[in-house]
Formats: sequence, structure tokens, C-alpha cells
Amino acid sequence: MDFGQILSLTITQAVGVTALIYLFAAIGLNVQFGYTGLLNFGQVAFVAAGAYAVGVIVLTFDLSLWLAIVVGLISSTLLALLLGIPTLRLRADYLAIVTIAASELLRLLVRSIAFKDVFGGAQGLNGKLGQEFHDLNPLPTDITLPLLSWSRQDLWVVIVGWTLAFIFTALVWGLVRSPWGRVVKGIREDEDAVVSLGKNVFVYKLQALVIGGGIAAFGGILWAIAKQSVQPDTFQPDFTFFVFTILLLGGAARVFGPIVGTIIFWFLLAGFGEVLSSLINNGYIDFLTATDVGSIRFMLMGLGLMLLMIFRPQGIFGDRRELALDAR
Amino acid sequence: MLRAVRLTLGVLLLTSIAFLISGGLSPANAAETTITGTLSTPAGVAVSGVVVSATDAGGVSVSGTSDEKGIFLIPLPAGGTYTVEIDVSTLPDGVTLNNEADASRSLLVLGGEKKIIIGLSEGGESGIATADSGTSERVIQLFLDGILFGLVIALGAVGLNLVFGTTGLTNFSHGELLTLGAFTALAFNTAGLNIIIAAPIAIVFAAFVYGWGQNRILWRPLRRRKTGLIAAMIVSIGLAIFLRYTLVLFFGGAPESYKQFAGQAGIALGPFNTTPKALILGALAVIALAATVIWLQRSRIGKATRAVSDNPALASATGIDVERVISVVWIIGAGLAAFAGIYLGLTQNTVWNMGQRILLVLFAAVILGGLGTIYGAIVGAMVVGIFIQMTTLFIPTEMKTVGALFLMILILLVRPQGLLGRKERVG
Amino acid sequence: MPANTENMAPGRAAAVQALRDVDRLPGAPKPDPIVIVDNVHRQFGGLTAVDVAHVEIQRGAITALIGPNGAGKTTLFNLLTGFDKPDTGEWTFNKKPIAGTPPYRLARMGMVRTFQLTKALSRMTVMDNMLLGASGQSGERVLNALLPFTWKAQERANTNRAMELLARFTLDAKVDDFAGSLSGGQRKLLEMARALMVGPEIVMLDEPMAGVNPALTQSLLGHIKNIREEGTTVLFVEHDMDMVHDISDWVIVMAQGHIIAEGPPDVVMKDSQVIEAYLGSRHGSALTADGASLTTDSQGGNT
Repeated sequence: MDFGQILSLTITQAVGVTALIYLFAAIGLNVQFGYTGLLNFGQVAFVAAGAYAVGVIVLTFDLSLWLAIVVGLISSTLLALLLGIPTLRLRADYLAIVTIAASELLRLLVRSIAFKDVFGGAQGLNGKLGQEFHDLNPLPTDITLPLLSWSRQDLWVVIVGWTLAFIFTALVWGLVRSPWGRVVKGIREDEDAVVSLGKNVFVYKLQALVIGGGIAAFGGILWAIAKQSVQPDTFQPDFTFFVFTILLLGGAARVFGPIVGTIIFWFLLAGFGEVLSSLINNGYIDFLTATDVGSIRFMLMGLGLMLLMIFRPQGIFGDRRELALDAR
Repeated sequence: MLRAVRLTLGVLLLTSIAFLISGGLSPANAAETTITGTLSTPAGVAVSGVVVSATDAGGVSVSGTSDEKGIFLIPLPAGGTYTVEIDVSTLPDGVTLNNEADASRSLLVLGGEKKIIIGLSEGGESGIATADSGTSERVIQLFLDGILFGLVIALGAVGLNLVFGTTGLTNFSHGELLTLGAFTALAFNTAGLNIIIAAPIAIVFAAFVYGWGQNRILWRPLRRRKTGLIAAMIVSIGLAIFLRYTLVLFFGGAPESYKQFAGQAGIALGPFNTTPKALILGALAVIALAATVIWLQRSRIGKATRAVSDNPALASATGIDVERVISVVWIIGAGLAAFAGIYLGLTQNTVWNMGQRILLVLFAAVILGGLGTIYGAIVGAMVVGIFIQMTTLFIPTEMKTVGALFLMILILLVRPQGLLGRKERVG
Repeated sequence: MPANTENMAPGRAAAVQALRDVDRLPGAPKPDPIVIVDNVHRQFGGLTAVDVAHVEIQRGAITALIGPNGAGKTTLFNLLTGFDKPDTGEWTFNKKPIAGTPPYRLARMGMVRTFQLTKALSRMTVMDNMLLGASGQSGERVLNALLPFTWKAQERANTNRAMELLARFTLDAKVDDFAGSLSGGQRKLLEMARALMVGPEIVMLDEPMAGVNPALTQSLLGHIKNIREEGTTVLFVEHDMDMVHDISDWVIVMAQGHIIAEGPPDVVMKDSQVIEAYLGSRHGSALTADGASLTTDSQGGNT
């Protein structure tokens, strides 16, 4: 058992591309759910909006990546308005169901044979996505440090990604300590009170949805650029559930909650997976096979979410007094 | 209290044993190594003349053609990993693969007979009728298919609705009650029991272990702790994920069929093509649902259930044992859901995410009928079932859930209390 | 009968003076109405909750809206404050028609309400609660939020004003505490102070005495009177007859959806229709006192 290699693989995954995608979604969800109390269970649709914008603009229409990024933000904003305007007045559990339904509806439409020419159907869009981004890569070679190793392509994505993540975190920090943030936190607790003080609660909720969705869309854009592939079946509700887990783990309504949650979540998940795989491959455990590791990881994730909600809903950094949830 | 704990543990022990037995059991066939399967349309009509081939790592290929019963058999020289491909050009007009990715898959065959499932659907790209049947015949077919589908949905939706009505919980793991029911029957079936015997046993098992047990171990303690409803909803999401992947771990990810009735020949009742099993199951479903309705109307606990659904605090104040009602609701809900799962397992197949796939449709039914209204689930389910099937006249079969989702969103925006619900604040 | 206005506070005196010649009849016109209501009808299923032909609220006075349980006063209150929609009806605020206006806009126009179940935002600090009440804070617009220089100065001004109000309500020591840590009575005061931060023209209080312990009652009454002294109109819904008698300049009595009486408190209390409306329902309060004790009470009650 090469613990060094296990640790290296784990840390790489904990801060790598996939973790970054979830991080963007979590920062966005923190604005929507953590600070405004919107039970948006369709967050994956915003990620998909960003990813498919890149796929469609670059591959289907053969245009520039930078245009795709703009289109991605516009589509996520439109999605937020389309989703929000009719549904934001619904009660929490109804909103949860509707947002999941909406994200699945969009996925099925995008996956359909009818729109295959644009969205690529079930196979999705695969190819050279984000060439302009990779062309800007200043790194000379692949990196192999004692505990981290990335190809130069991935490392470039990781550097840019984390920089953006910190920028967005700073943005969120600025927003929530402003009067706007105060209104939104009031809405989270009691809409009627905020309404009685003269604030147009509906508009604030929409704004939170748009902002959170836009940040998540960046995760999708990163996805397309890094993985060079955009497929509908990877944008399912489970993604959103994992994002919720990450957010709750780090602490909802905490500016660093998403970052802490993402790193710890992926560290634990990847670490457990690597250790278990290694044990199996080296013959220490013979009643499991390598394919079982994936299932066990998800089992633990589900269990983890349950335990988190039951025993520590404020997560690691959260303040129990400030919970967006009615957990006690 | 102690007695309940011992009972629960005992039952859980039995569950684990059942799973381990089924997981460990492999079809102990001394027969030669083959890949086999049955090709039939969702209505149960056998599809013949389809070529299925298996190619080994070396590129050597063997194939088989489906006969008039839709059964194909590919004899393999040895065990190993094969790429199994369906020659889509040999599929008859109007019949397509459910999932395009099914056209080619990788399979590890260890020895003996390996059964694979190939999902087919009718309608193809444009969703227009096959060459033979006229549109009005197709409408009748879809309508009656819709009724059958609606019955399955109703079996699942009633439990979902009852739990919501009495405890306020929006249970995102309800789909897994269907899946667990189907797999429990599969476990008993694989262990040797004919499905006709395995099914009722599985239903009763599910009702008490997955229904009553779940309430006792998880939901009742959470209610005691006064966990809020949103938190409980998220707990149910975690539970759903946990259960799904536990099933993958023990049963694998590939779809499986029960040993009996897998490739049953279809029959035609006038313009309606179906299978005997679908009709019998449909009849049983009607009986089960009718029994539930009568129970709710006539029996003491049934009336108590309606009272608790309406106003738990008031019901409790009038002396109704609310916890007992909730226990009964979970038992019935899980039992009906297990039946629904077995129904789907018999008419389609069992797969780890079968419950998850149908969950949103269940929610659509419940919301359409009115979340929390007792009979709303059944009304909503029938409407959703028929609606979904009828929409395949215009939209491709692969997208038929879209209709239900759209309908649900529409209802929530226009009449959130559903068809039968009272106008209370949902926002 | 408080005919002598010499010993009264100016606000009270002005209100009494203005209302002196108003007819003691339901729907009587007022000399300077701030709110005028016409033909409001609200039905729930088969039950008519509110059926009011005409009523006017006098500016600068404290008006009480009372009635037995089920009279429709809370429904009317919710209709006026925009938290419910009528089947028919029109009403105006400062002559502007406001039926159907969403509640947040009414608040911006100067009509602020409180809630029977106090909505102090427990998970925010007292100061944050107060600052939330401030109107026109440009930092509340999302585009300005990230540019502190656009709102910092306003924030400081609002904070100062909040501290003044909090001092007035003796909550200044609690300024950085979470509102959830305050006692029930303190939360009520906070909600009232917060409503004043909006700078309203009329404050609508929904059962302000509900759940308040007797020790706090006088303090609350004093605060409400102060609100009137500042020139702000007050309308409140209440069950507590002592409070009504103590501080209101005008009383509107509802029963079964209609207004059955209007007038100064001591006149209304003696109205036989009003007494009958109350005796018909379970109401264990001072209205059953005989005429003599009522007169005695009225001497010392109103200042």
C-alpha cells in the first residue's frame, strides 16, 4: 500500500477540476440557499447551462469560446428568471420539487433526439472545447510535486479555477455584508416581516437566484473546457444533492463554507475511495471488487448527508443560531 | 420499547441474510456458456429477426438471431469479456432501443447462461404509429396503457400522500420503497421461490421492515427531536442515495428479470395489445387500491388516518393515537409501493434506480391530485398515467416523462392545491 | 367626559378637538381622513368576513378597531395592509387609491404594520433589525451593494437614528445581541421601533397587547401615545378593553363583518348594540361594567 500515492491522489482530487466544478455550484447555492433561504434543488441546471453554452457555441456553431462564456451567463440568467418568476412564491417543499422537475425537464429536452443537431442528444457534445483558453496556458510542463501532480492542461484549469473561486467568494462576502445582504438574510427568516418594511421581496429572491445561478454556470463552463465533453446524463439531480451536502458540510451562510466543504468532501470521498481501492487491489479485502468502491463511496455520501442533517446541520463553520433550515 | 427493538433487529438480520444469500447465489448451471435474452415491445409483443452479436477481446465474433418468441441465444466458446452489440438495422419498423447506448455494451461472462436485458420501445423518432395500426387504434392502445400505468403510479403515490398528510414529510426516498420491494422479491425469487409466492411474501416483508421499520428507526426519533420538515426532507434525500447504492453494491447495476413470466407472449383484446401478466397485475392493483379506499372510509384506523391527515393536533386532542396511525400509514404505504415495484419488475425489469426514475412522476400525481388529500393521489395518478401515455402521440417515447413534469409545474403555478385539495397557502 | 383639553398632550388635544364634532355613527366622515374605505367585501366560502360600506380614519389620532371574535376586524386589517385581497372594494391612502397595492409598496408609501405574532428577526442582531427598517438605503440595490462608498454614509446616519430610537425604547443596551435572545416583550418593542425606522405616516398595530405581560403594558401604551405625539397616525386592532379605553381617541366597533358603532371610547362602550355584540360571545372583559364605574374610569384614563 503506497500511502504516499494514495495521499497524493486524494489531495489532487480534493482541489482538482471536479472539486472546482462543485465548488462553483456550492458558492452559487450559498447565495441562493445559505443566505436567502431558497430551496433551489435544480442547481445542476445552471451548471448545465454554462457547460452547454460552451458546447453549443463552440462545437455546434463553431464560434469563439469568449462568446460562449457570455452566452452561458445570459442563459443562466434567463434560466433563473424562467424558473424564478413563476415559482418563487411557492412554499419550500414545493419549490424543491419544482426545481428538481425543471432541471430534469431541461435535461430530457437537451438529451432528446429532436434537438440532437444542436445539443448532441444522449451522446452530448464532445470535442475541442475551450481551445482559446488552453492556448493562453503559460505553464511550461506537467507538474509533479511530492503530493500533487497535474498535467499542464489541468493545472492551468485548476489555477484559473481557484483564482475565480476566490474572486467569487470575495464577491459574495461583499454582497452579504452590504444592506442588500441584510435584506436577503431577513427574507430567509421571515418574508412577511421584510415585506412590511417596504422591501420588494420577490425582486430580491430573483436577484439571489440569478447571481447564484451565474456563479454555478461558471462551474459548467469550466467543466466543458476541462473535460472537453458535455453529456446530458452527467447533469442529474444527484449532482445538486452533492452540492447541498458540500454546502451544509462547510456551513451554509458562511463565506468560506463552500470552499471548506468542497475540500473536505472531496478529500474524504476521494481518500476513502483510494484507500479502499488500494486495499482491494492489494488483496487485503477479497469480498469486494474495484467496481464496488464507487457504490460504497456514494452509500457513505448518502449516509453522511443524513447524519449531517440530523446531528450537525450547521456544518463545520456554521452558526446554529443562523441556520437557514428548520433543523434543531 | 425493548420488544420493538428486538423485533426490528431480528427482522433486519433476516433482511441481511436474504441479501447475502441472493448476492452470493449465482445460477449454478453446468450448462455451456451462453448469452441470452428476450426481445419484446413494452406491450409484450415478441420481436423476432433481430441479430445480436458478441465480440471477444480478440475480435472474434459470434451471433444469434431472435426467434418468433423473441428469444435469442449466443453460444460462447469460453467465459470472458465480450462486447455485445445489437444490429439496429434488424429491428422492425417502429421499434427502437430505449436507450441508444444499449446498442453496444461490455459484458463479463463467467460461465453458464448470462441473461441480458435489452429495453425496447415503440414509436421511434417521430413517435408516430407503426405501419400496421391506425391512429385511432393507437389512441385506444395508449389510453388503456395509460390506465395500467396509472394504476402503478397510484400504488406508489398513495403511500407518498398518506405519509405527507399525516407527518408533513416530503419523502424523497419513496421511490426506493418500490425498488426495495422489487429487489426483495428478486432475492426470494433467486433463492428459489416462484415469483407468485415470492411476491406476496416480499410485499408483507417490505410493509413491515421497510415501512414500519423505517418509521420506528428513523422518522419517529426525528419527530421526537422536533426536526423541522425541510431538514427531514433533506434526510430523506440522503436516505434515498444510501439505499440506491446499497442495492447497486449487493445486486449490481445491470437490470434483472424475475425467473418467471419474463418473456410472456402478448395477447390482443380488440385493438388493445397487452400481456396476461399486465392484466392480472392491473386487476390486483385495482383490488389493492379499492381495499385501501374502503379501509380509509370504513375502518376505525382508516378514519383516524383521515383525521390525522386533516389536523394532527386536533386528532391527538380527541384521543386518537397519532403515532399508531403513522405506523399503520407507513406499513400500508410501503406495502403498496412494494407491490408497485414488483409490478414494474414483472412488466419491465428490476434495476437499482427504478424507483428514482419514477419518483418525479409520483410527485406529479400527488401534486396534481392535491398533496395531502387522501384520494387525490389515486385521481392524480390515473390522470398522470393516461396523460403520459397519450402524449407519446406527439412526443418521442423517450421523453414521455417530460409531459408529466410539465403538467406538475403547470399545476403548481395555476392551482397549487391540486384538483382535490383545499385552497390553503402553498406559498 | 374628556372635554377639557388643557391638561392634555398636544397630539391628544388636537385629535380630541378634531373628532369632537364627528357624528357617532358607523361610516362617519372625518375632518382630515388619512384612509378612506369604500364598499369592501370579503367572503370565505359561504362566510362573509367583511362587509363594510364606508369608514374613514382620522389623521393624527389613535383609532381602535375592536369587536368580538369573528367580527372581521383582523380580516379588514389584513385587507387594508395588503396582506389579503378583497372580493370588491376600494380604499385610499392620502387620497391615493391603494386597493390591490402590494404590501411592500404600501410600506414605502408610509403605511407600516406590525404582527400579532411578533416578527422580530431572531437570527439577526437588534441593530440589523433596525437598519432593515430604514427606507431608501441605496446599498440595498444589488448594483450598489459591492460599492460601499455609495451607501456607507447612509448606513452611519441610519445607525445613529436607530440608536436614538432604541434608546427611546430602552433597547440600546441590546444593540448587538441577536433578537432571538430578547424577551417576548422586548421583541415587541423592537418590532415597534423597527416600524418607526421606516418613517411611516400611519402605524398599523395588529393586537399589540397580545401576549404582553402586565408589567410591560403601561410602557407599551406610553410608546404608542408618543407615536401619536410625533404626528403619526395609529390604527390598532385589539381585544383588550382597558387598553382601548386608555389610549384611543376614536373607536370603531365591528361585528359579523359590519361596522356597528363609531365614536370616542366612553360613548362606544355604553352603546347598547356594542354591549349586545360582546355579550353574545365569550368575552370576559370590562365592558360588562355598569355605567357608573365606566364614567369614573374615564376621568383618570385619558391624558
